[in-house]
Amino acid sequence: MKPRSLALVGAALLTVVPMFAQAQVLRVGLAEDPDILDPTLARTFVGRIVFSALCDKLLDVDEKMAIIPQLATSYQWSADSKSLTLKLRTGVTFHDGEKFDAEAVKFNIERHKTMAGSNRSGELRPVTTVDVIDPSTVRLNLSAPFAPLLAALADRAGMMVSPKAAKAGGANFGTAPVCSGAFKFVERVAQDKIVFEKYANYWNKDAIHFNRIVYTPIPDATVRLANLRSGQLDFIERAASSDIVKIAADPKLKVSKITEIGYQGITINTGKSDKAQANPLGRDAKVREAFELSLDRQGIVQVVMDGEAVAGNQWVAPSSSFYAKNAPMPKRDVARAKALLKEAGVTNPSFTLMTATTSDAQKIAQVVQAMAKEAGFDVKIQSTEFASSLKLADQGDFEAYVLAWSGRADPDGNVYSFLACKQPLNYSGYCKPEIDSLLNEARTKLTTADRIKAYEQVAAQMQKDRPIVYLYHRNWLWAYNSKLTGVREVPDGLLRVEGLKLN
Amino acid sequence: MFVYFVRRLASLVPTLVFVSILIFGLQQLLPGDPAQMLAGEDQRPEVIEHYRQKLHLDKPIVVQYGYWMGGVLQGDLGESTRTQLPVLDLILQKLPVTVELALLSMFIALLIGIPTGVISAVKRGSAWDHGATVFALSGLSMPNFWLGIMMILLFSVELGWLPASGYVSPFENLGANIAAMIMPAIVLGTAISAVLMRHTRSSMLQVLAADYVRTARAKGLNERVVVLKHALRNALTPVITLGALELGALLSGAVLTEQVFTIPGFGKLIIDAVFNRDYAVVQGVVLVTATAYILLNLMADMAYFLFNPRLRH
Amino acid sequence: MQTLTHASTAAAGARPAQAGPWRRAWRKLARNRIAMLGLAVVLFFISLAVFAPWIAPHDPLAAGWSTIRKAPSATHWFGTDDLGRDVLSRVVWGTRASLMAGVVSVAISLLLGVVIGMVAGFFGGLVDALISRITDAFLACPFLILAIALAAFLGPSLTNAMIAIGISAAPIFVRLTRAQVINVKVEDYIEAARAVGCSPLRIAVSHILPNITAPVIVQSTLAIAAAVIAEASLSFLGLGQQPPAPSWGSMLNTAKNFMDSAPWMAIWPGLAIFLLVLSFNLLGDGLRDALDPRHR
Repeated sequence: MKPRSLALVGAALLTVVPMFAQAQVLRVGLAEDPDILDPTLARTFVGRIVFSALCDKLLDVDEKMAIIPQLATSYQWSADSKSLTLKLRTGVTFHDGEKFDAEAVKFNIERHKTMAGSNRSGELRPVTTVDVIDPSTVRLNLSAPFAPLLAALADRAGMMVSPKAAKAGGANFGTAPVCSGAFKFVERVAQDKIVFEKYANYWNKDAIHFNRIVYTPIPDATVRLANLRSGQLDFIERAASSDIVKIAADPKLKVSKITEIGYQGITINTGKSDKAQANPLGRDAKVREAFELSLDRQGIVQVVMDGEAVAGNQWVAPSSSFYAKNAPMPKRDVARAKALLKEAGVTNPSFTLMTATTSDAQKIAQVVQAMAKEAGFDVKIQSTEFASSLKLADQGDFEAYVLAWSGRADPDGNVYSFLACKQPLNYSGYCKPEIDSLLNEARTKLTTADRIKAYEQVAAQMQKDRPIVYLYHRNWLWAYNSKLTGVREVPDGLLRVEGLKLN
Repeated sequence: MFVYFVRRLASLVPTLVFVSILIFGLQQLLPGDPAQMLAGEDQRPEVIEHYRQKLHLDKPIVVQYGYWMGGVLQGDLGESTRTQLPVLDLILQKLPVTVELALLSMFIALLIGIPTGVISAVKRGSAWDHGATVFALSGLSMPNFWLGIMMILLFSVELGWLPASGYVSPFENLGANIAAMIMPAIVLGTAISAVLMRHTRSSMLQVLAADYVRTARAKGLNERVVVLKHALRNALTPVITLGALELGALLSGAVLTEQVFTIPGFGKLIIDAVFNRDYAVVQGVVLVTATAYILLNLMADMAYFLFNPRLRH
Repeated sequence: MQTLTHASTAAAGARPAQAGPWRRAWRKLARNRIAMLGLAVVLFFISLAVFAPWIAPHDPLAAGWSTIRKAPSATHWFGTDDLGRDVLSRVVWGTRASLMAGVVSVAISLLLGVVIGMVAGFFGGLVDALISRITDAFLACPFLILAIALAAFLGPSLTNAMIAIGISAAPIFVRLTRAQVINVKVEDYIEAARAVGCSPLRIAVSHILPNITAPVIVQSTLAIAAAVIAEASLSFLGLGQQPPAPSWGSMLNTAKNFMDSAPWMAIWPGLAIFLLVLSFNLLGDGLRDALDPRHR
C-alpha cells in the first residue's frame, strides 16, 4: 500500500509543478513551420515571428511603422546621404557571452552580403563598406543614397548573430543559432516545436516576463484555434476571419486586428511573354481598366475575408503616409466597364486566372469571376499548386495571377521589385524607363515628402497601365488568452515579446 | 522452404532499387523548381542559382540520382533543403512517433475487429452479423480527415477532454502522450478494424466447421469454451499475420491523420516535403518506409507459411 | 488505402467459378439484405448523378453574396456555403464528380492492372520477375504519396486526380490478376486449349479472363469505395476537382475552415461520402460472400 500511495502523491505533485512553471511559459501557435533559423538565409514570414524573440536588430519599427532604436541607439545620415553612422548600445552580449560591438556589426553586414545563398544581399546592395569608428560606433558606406536602408536594418538584414558562433557553425549555423535577443535557442523539432529560453543577460531583461517560449506550427486554422480555446496555447497568429466573431464573443479570449503592410492583388501579364500580346487583357490597357471597374473591392473583402481587410488600389494601404492621394480607389462601375470594352472592340474578353490552391486565393478567383462576368468577362480559373505557379509566373506562362505580398516596412519593398524593369518579382513584365527612374528617385531621396512626390507620379501612371490590380490589405488576426497583456500591434504582423505578460 | 526465403530476401534489393528510381523519377516529374521554392518570397536570382548548384539541379538526372544514391549507400540521406536538418535525423525523430501511432491504431483495430469478427462468425447470418459488418465497414468508409476534425470539435473544443493537437513524448509524460494520440489512433484504427473483422470472421467460419471443433462439441463442451478456447486460437493466426501487413500500410498511410492532428510523424513530414519540393526528405522517407513495408510483408508471409503448411508450394 | 492492398488477398480466395453459377451467386447476393441495401443506395446515388439537373433545387454555381454561410432553412435545406451557394444542390451535383472519380479511377486501374497482370502470369520467367519487382516497388510506396506526386505532376484537376488514383491503384490489380492467372494456368482445360493450338491471346481472352472475373469484380467494387475516399483526400489537399465545380472532397476542403461557424458545410458532403463508400463496401462484401464457394 505504502509505495502505491507514495507514487500517487508523487504523481499528483508532478501534475502540480508544471502548473506553476506553466505561467512562465508562453505557448505560441504558428501557421507554418519556419524555415532556416539563420537571419542571412531565412526566407519566410513566419520565421520573422520567431526571430523577433531570438535575434535583436539594429533598428526596429513601432506601431506607426516609424524607425526606433534597438541595438543601435541612434543613427545619422551624412551630408551627402551616402553613409549612415550608427551609435551602438553598450553592455550588450550575445547568447554565448561574446560582446556585441562595432566589429560584430561589420562581421554581420559582410556576412549578409557575401554568404553563399544569402537572401539579404539584395536588401544591402548599395552598402559597399563598413567602417568601425570605435567599439560603439559604426559607419555604413553606400554607393548611392538609399532610403529603404533603415527599414532593411529593422528587419533580418539588421539582425546580429554572434561572429564566433557563426564562424563555428558555418553553413549550418541555422540549426543552433546564437543571437542577442531576449531569448536563446534551446531546441527545435521540425514541424513540432521550437523552444527558446530566457537569456539572463539580455539588455532589456526587465521587460521580459517569461522563462520560456514554445512555438508550435499548426497549419490548420481550425485546429490552431481549437488549441487556443482548450488552453494548450496562449497565442495564435493568423486566426481565420470566419472565426473572429466567435472568438470575440469568448470572454477568455481577445482579438487583435492589425492592417498589414502587404497586399493581395492580381498580377496581369503585360509583357513577360508572348501570352501578354495574345490576350486582350494583357495587350490593351482599356480592357484592364474595364476589368478593374467591374470589381467591387469592398464586396470581395466582405466575402473572402469576412470584412477583415481594407480595400486598396495601391501597393500601400490608404492609411499609409505613402499612399498617393492623387490616385484614389475607383468605385465599381459595370456600365463604364462595358463601355470601355466596346471602345476596345472586345465585348466578351476571356482570360485564365491562375491561383494557388489555398482557399483564400481560390475564393478571390471565384468572386472575381462572378463579378467580372457582369461586365462581359469570361474568367477561367486555373488552380495550380504553389510550386508550379511560381515557375509558370517566372516563365510568363500565365495571363493573370492572384498573388499576395507579405509587405516590407519601406514602401520601396512593396513596389520596386514588382514594377521596375527585369526585377525578380516583376511577373507582369512591366518595363517603362520613366517608371524606373521615378522608382530610383524614390529610393535615393531621403525625405518623405520628396519620396511621396515620386510615388504619386508612379501611382498616376499605374492608373493608366494597370499591370497589377491591387485588391485589399488583409488584417493580421491574432487571438490570445485575455490574460495576456502588453501585446503590441505592429503592422508587420510580428509578435514582440518585450512587455508581454501573462497574468 | 529455406531457399524460398533466401530468394525472397534477395529480391528485396532489386525492389528497393526500383523504389528509389520510382520515387526519384516521380519527383523529377513534379513541376516547379525546388531552387525557386527555396529562394522564398524575394526570389533573388543569385539565391536561386546558389541552390540550383547546391542541389546539382543543373546536372543531368542520372548524375543527380548518382549523387543521392552514393550518399544513401554511405548512410547519408542528405538534408532537408527547407530547414537544413539532416534527413536521417528527421526520420529518426519522427519514426517513433509514427510507429507509436501505428501500434496504438493496430491495438484499437484488434480490439474492435476481433470481437466483432467472432460475433459475426458465431451468429452468422443474423442481425448481429449484419450489424457488426455495418459497424466495421463504417470505420472504413469515413474519410479519416473528416472524422478527425469532427472528433477534435467534439472532444477538444466542446468537451475539453482531449488536446486538439500536438505530441508529447511518452517518456516525458505518458498521460499527455496517450491523450494526444488516442483520437488519431481511433481514427486510423477504426478503418483497419473492418479489414481485421472480415478476416477474423472468415477465418473463424472456416475453423468452426473443422473436425476438431465438431469433436469438441461432441464431447459436450460448453459452446463458449469451444469458441474461445479451441476455435479462436486457431482462427487468429492468419489474422495476426494480416495484422503485420496492415501495420506496414499504417506506417505510410497515416498521412492525412497526422496532418489533421498535427502529429509530427512521417505522414506530415512527407506531405509537407512534397509540397515544398523538399526532394531529399521525400526520397529518404519513402525509401525507409518502403524498406519497412517490404520487410514486414516478408515477415508476415513467413509467419503465414509457418502456420499453414498447406500453402507451401 | 489499406483496403486496396488487403482486400486483394481476400478476393483472391474466391476461386474461379464455372459458367452457370452466376445465377447462384446472384441469388445468394439477393438473400444478403445488407448487401442489397448497399446496392440500393449505390443505385440511388447513380440516379442522383444522372438526374442532377432535375433534382437539384438551385444552381450549384450560383453565388449569393447575401446568403453566405446561412444555416439550413426552408429555401436551403442543407444551408449555404462560404460563397452563398446552396449546399444541397452542390452535394447532388457533386455526386457526378465523386462517382466518376470512383468508377473511372478503377476502370483505369483495371485496364492497366489486368493487362499487365495477365502478361506477367501468362508468360512467367523474366517478364514476370521484372513486372513483379516493379509492382512491389509501387506497392511499397505509400499510396497517397504516389497519388499526390502524380496529381501534382499532372496538375490539379478532377481528371488528373482520377488518372493519378488509377495508376496508383493499378498494382493491386496486377497482383490479383497475376495470382489468379497462375492458379488457372495449370488447369486441365487450359492445357487442352493449348494442345488444340489456340493462340495465347485466345486462351487469355476466352479461357482465363472469364475465370478471374469473380475476384476482380469483388476487388473493383471495394476499390471504387477506396477511390472515392482517395479523391476526397486529394481534393482535401487541393489537388482534385477545382472550384467552382462541386465535388464532395473539395467541398470538405473548403468546409474545414468553417467547422465551427458553419458545420453544415462539412456534415452533408462528409455524410454523402460516407454513405456512398459504405454502400460500395457493403455491396463488395456481399459479392465476395456470394462468389466465394468456400462460404456455403
